[in-house]
Amino acid sequence: MIEVSNLTKRYAGRTAVDDISFTVARGEVVGLLGPNGAGKSTTMRILSGFLPATSGTVRVGGFDVFYEADETRRRIGYMPENNPLHPEMRVREYLKFRARLKGLGWRRSRERVSVVMEQCGLADVGRRVIGQLSKGYRQRVGLADALVHDPELIILDEPTIGLDPHQIRAVRALIKNLGGKHTVLISTHILPEVEMMCGRVLIMFNGRVLASDTPDNLQRRMAGGSQIIAEIAAPIEALNAAWETLPEVEQFDVSAADGEFFRCALTPRDGLDLRPQIAALACQHGWGLRELTRSRHSLEDIYVQVTKPRTEEQE
Amino acid sequence: MRVFWVLLRRELASYFFSLTGYVIIAAITFLTGESFLQLINALNNDPDPWTMPVTQMFFNTPYFWMIVLLSAPVITMRLFALEKASGTFETLMTAPVSELEVVAAKFAAAFLFYVIMWLPLLACLFIVVHFTSQAGALDLGTVGGMYLGIFLAGGFFLSFGCLASALSRSQMVAAMVSLAFGVSQFALAWWARNIPVSDDWQSQLWSCLNLFDQMNDLARGAVDTRALIFYLSATFLFLFLTLRVLESRRWK
Repeated sequence: MIEVSNLTKRYAGRTAVDDISFTVARGEVVGLLGPNGAGKSTTMRILSGFLPATSGTVRVGGFDVFYEADETRRRIGYMPENNPLHPEMRVREYLKFRARLKGLGWRRSRERVSVVMEQCGLADVGRRVIGQLSKGYRQRVGLADALVHDPELIILDEPTIGLDPHQIRAVRALIKNLGGKHTVLISTHILPEVEMMCGRVLIMFNGRVLASDTPDNLQRRMAGGSQIIAEIAAPIEALNAAWETLPEVEQFDVSAADGEFFRCALTPRDGLDLRPQIAALACQHGWGLRELTRSRHSLEDIYVQVTKPRTEEQE
Repeated sequence: MRVFWVLLRRELASYFFSLTGYVIIAAITFLTGESFLQLINALNNDPDPWTMPVTQMFFNTPYFWMIVLLSAPVITMRLFALEKASGTFETLMTAPVSELEVVAAKFAAAFLFYVIMWLPLLACLFIVVHFTSQAGALDLGTVGGMYLGIFLAGGFFLSFGCLASALSRSQMVAAMVSLAFGVSQFALAWWARNIPVSDDWQSQLWSCLNLFDQMNDLARGAVDTRALIFYLSATFLFLFLTLRVLESRRWK
């Protein structure tokens, strides 16, 4: 659905997007993840045809977004950052105006407006003035606008920013339902959101795509660095000796916890799960065991790990 | 073409969604009324009342120019600047619309609003006809000429207002730029009027800028093609420049 190849965008004296390439298949929900200023919004603006690329090509549904802008714009529903709307218009009126602007006929626009209002939970506020709606409702109006012409590709730039937890849930559920039927590209810097909604993550930093995989795969790839935490009541020398002799333990660190317990942080070789061995060991020696956990790297760790060295480099 | 109508409808309606449109119309009606009052006074004191058509006298009241100069920036300032500031420009330009349709629709909406704004003047003229009971006081030619003049001058200043609005993100800046343009045009016209008429090209050029005499001619019912061409081409020039400003996004 989206083919981006060697896309570069330079503003005066600054490179916002630096030679990125990626593809998104039909029906995928892809999250564009990255800190502020990573080039997410610029990429989305180029995809939507608002900004031209400095070099490289972007094709949506087989059409070039610059040279065949009319074709691609018909296929894209785009909600920009901060969700700009006309505050003086009424909800239904605004959606109808947008539907007509996007080339829908009189009758078809009426149908579609009713459908998307139902879909986005706007049925009760059709006659309200947009400027007087709460932020959650306004966000839904923006989403409804992006959906109104039934586009193949939906591009949402930070759709949940500034919403309260309930509203975020509602918007997420809505977006999740769009997958399969539509191709969705979402940008965000909120990690759990990506884990919840997206089938694939693109991590962007400093204008480059650093990683592109499913959230699960990313976690598996990073599992080599996972740790096992065990809190055991035993003499410290015995513990040290036990970890020394276990061949699967690559690194260990024993520190005193409260009482007679010691907290052992073990790094297993190749991301193996050592918990059964440790439990068996404790049983065998008759040690008290009160905690045994394997910390899996969350997407957050991966994100920090991927983006960190470069931040330091910059400083 | 459908996009043009959809946009035109929204743009025109947006003057009336907010108070702006009503405030402008109220202010203009007030100024027109003032102007009319002066005109009636002048008629009463004039020993030889019908040497000059009423319409021409209207142009000679200072209020007329005030209306044109003030209204154009106020009408046009929001066209592009507001959309850019609020970000709706992005949603507009990512819909399948062309820049030409956008410029045409926005200018047409501003111009239509300007036309609506001048309708109360017709009422003033009918009052004159009614109370003087002289059909000759107003004939179709002079009224038509007067409105032609109003619309030509309006198109000229409104199209510059469009350009100013397209260049800026702030409505205030757009309004000030187009007001400065209007006032300097007015000052130039004042100057041009006092340059003696001769055949050399300089004075011919200056005469193009002489808005007052052009308006007087039109109000007498004499349509001078030079003025017509000057106004129309300037209007199209400014609209063309506005279009280029919008397109510049694509090659910046």
